[in-house]
Amino acid sequence: MKDTLIKFFERIEPDKEKSPLLHTAYDAFFTFAFTPKTVTKDGVHIRDGMDLKRTMVIVVLALQLCYLFGTLNIGHQHFLALGKYDDNLLEGFHLKLFYGLVQILPIWVVTHVVGLGIEFLFAAKKKHAVEEGFLVTGALIPLIMPPDIPLWILSLSIVFAVILGKEAFGGTGMNVVNIALLARVFVFFAYPGTISGDEVWVAGLTKAGEGGMAEYGWFHLNVLNPLFGSLGWSQFEAGLPVIDGYSGATPLALASKGGWDAVMAHYSPAQMFWGFIPGSIGETSKPFIIIGALTLIMTGIASWRIMVSMVLGMAFMGLLLNAWNFDAYMNIPWYQHFSMGSFLFAMAFMATDPVTAASTNRGKWIYGFLIGMIGLIIRVMNPAYPEGWMLAILFLNVFAPLIDHFVLQSNINKRMQNVQ
Amino acid sequence: MDNLLNIFIKSAFVENMVLSYFIGMCSFLAVSKTVKTAIGLGAAVIFVLALTVPINWIISELVLGPNGIFKTDLTFLRFILFIASIAASVQLVEMAVEKYSPSLYNALGIFLPLITVNCAILGAALFMVARSYNFSESVVYGVGSGIGWALAIVAMAAIREKIRYSDVPAPLRGLGITFILTGLMGLAFMALMGINPAKYM
Repeated sequence: MKDTLIKFFERIEPDKEKSPLLHTAYDAFFTFAFTPKTVTKDGVHIRDGMDLKRTMVIVVLALQLCYLFGTLNIGHQHFLALGKYDDNLLEGFHLKLFYGLVQILPIWVVTHVVGLGIEFLFAAKKKHAVEEGFLVTGALIPLIMPPDIPLWILSLSIVFAVILGKEAFGGTGMNVVNIALLARVFVFFAYPGTISGDEVWVAGLTKAGEGGMAEYGWFHLNVLNPLFGSLGWSQFEAGLPVIDGYSGATPLALASKGGWDAVMAHYSPAQMFWGFIPGSIGETSKPFIIIGALTLIMTGIASWRIMVSMVLGMAFMGLLLNAWNFDAYMNIPWYQHFSMGSFLFAMAFMATDPVTAASTNRGKWIYGFLIGMIGLIIRVMNPAYPEGWMLAILFLNVFAPLIDHFVLQSNINKRMQNVQ
Repeated sequence: MDNLLNIFIKSAFVENMVLSYFIGMCSFLAVSKTVKTAIGLGAAVIFVLALTVPINWIISELVLGPNGIFKTDLTFLRFILFIASIAASVQLVEMAVEKYSPSLYNALGIFLPLITVNCAILGAALFMVARSYNFSESVVYGVGSGIGWALAIVAMAAIREKIRYSDVPAPLRGLGITFILTGLMGLAFMALMGINPAKYM
């Protein structure tokens, strides 16, 4: 079986000189599935299965639970707004699952086609093998977008982030700021209407408030509905009105308006912890993110120093703000900030990006701590942005090389004393 | 006092000279190759700004203003006198740097005297006039915008040291990638835009 497959792949290998783009694409997928043809045969070398591709696949695997929950939660939030199947996640399971899949699959496919396309193009142009950097970026981007994002905006943001953020600097491992966050920040500043406000976090409604109703596409009504009908299951009902009093506001939007009381009027702490809240696709489910974070720590891929110091930084800032207690937002107990918004997702998968984070150990502590502090300051004190981690991480990405520079310099100075 | 803190935070971070107004770019792009010289130039700019903004306040209010010593409105002389006072203070800085740190003096080269025509310096003086700051406010504003400018150039220098060995496409090497970097840094500094320190005082 394996031999026939390899033979098949070898037969279809495109010519490297005649069609470099096709060959690059072929090479990328071939080495993804099999051991490359050129391997070291003799001499003393350290051999380890842990190359860049395998490292990145572990991050992608760690994100799978977030994908699973995110898909279901898209459907769950949609039906919650309509007042149907709202008791628990498993009620109306097939409707929620398929609703989520129809939302998330196009996002995933567009992300990868556009991102990998650019990557292949540049690799062919530079005449070297594809760098696998986009595997992780491509897995992260769908998770940090709202479920209803227009696909052309998504593609624009990816083109911007991959070309200006990465390829201009020389490709994988050379970028200065986090590519996935750069894509999101592009959407955030160029098309703010698609990624902020109360309306955008729940998919498939004409609008979130009163007078809104459910909207379904051709696929739901003409393919899925007959399928469910023939099985005797419940179906999508177009035009179902949004229930009274439903606003679609996220906990953070509520908190900025009325503090902790306003949040508690709509959501319970358990709900926010388990992730049954509107938000970006992958950020809501805290237990699954924690599982992903532990996977990354145990496999040694992400730095636990950054995660721990980021938690410490946010706790420290949270305590300070609690003590200051200027307005209702500052009054929110510091430990509740962990389960609102995207803190954990940013901590586990964004701040720990080994390329853009500080690379010295002491630098990592400073880097994480400052992200924790600045992110919470932006979340609580900056009325322009509902959430702070995206911008706080970008801000510290810019200063990470400086932190490293000073840590190195202080190490050099310390050892210089021993020399003299 | 609250107002002064507000002006300081705003001028250093929220309304950063380089990354939000994009002024003072020439030396920002040219001298940000190594962290050491960037720190030197940053310190020089902080010093010059802290000196010239209050001096220019005195010139514009007590000499040129309608209530000044000549009792006539001489504000049309503002630009030329601002530049003259800036040039004088830069001369002072230059002599001090040459005496106490010849290596830095050589590293900064022509960009040290060129602080005279650094648009951030004149820009700060004109902003000070346009926003009608009083004397203590203009001192704080000068120091704050100097610190913001120095922060930006030092961060930029650290990044440029890091990407020195990156495989940047040939047409973008040097200034091209630095412009792109400045844009990305500007995006990151948007994080602080919108924070209104005055609200909390």
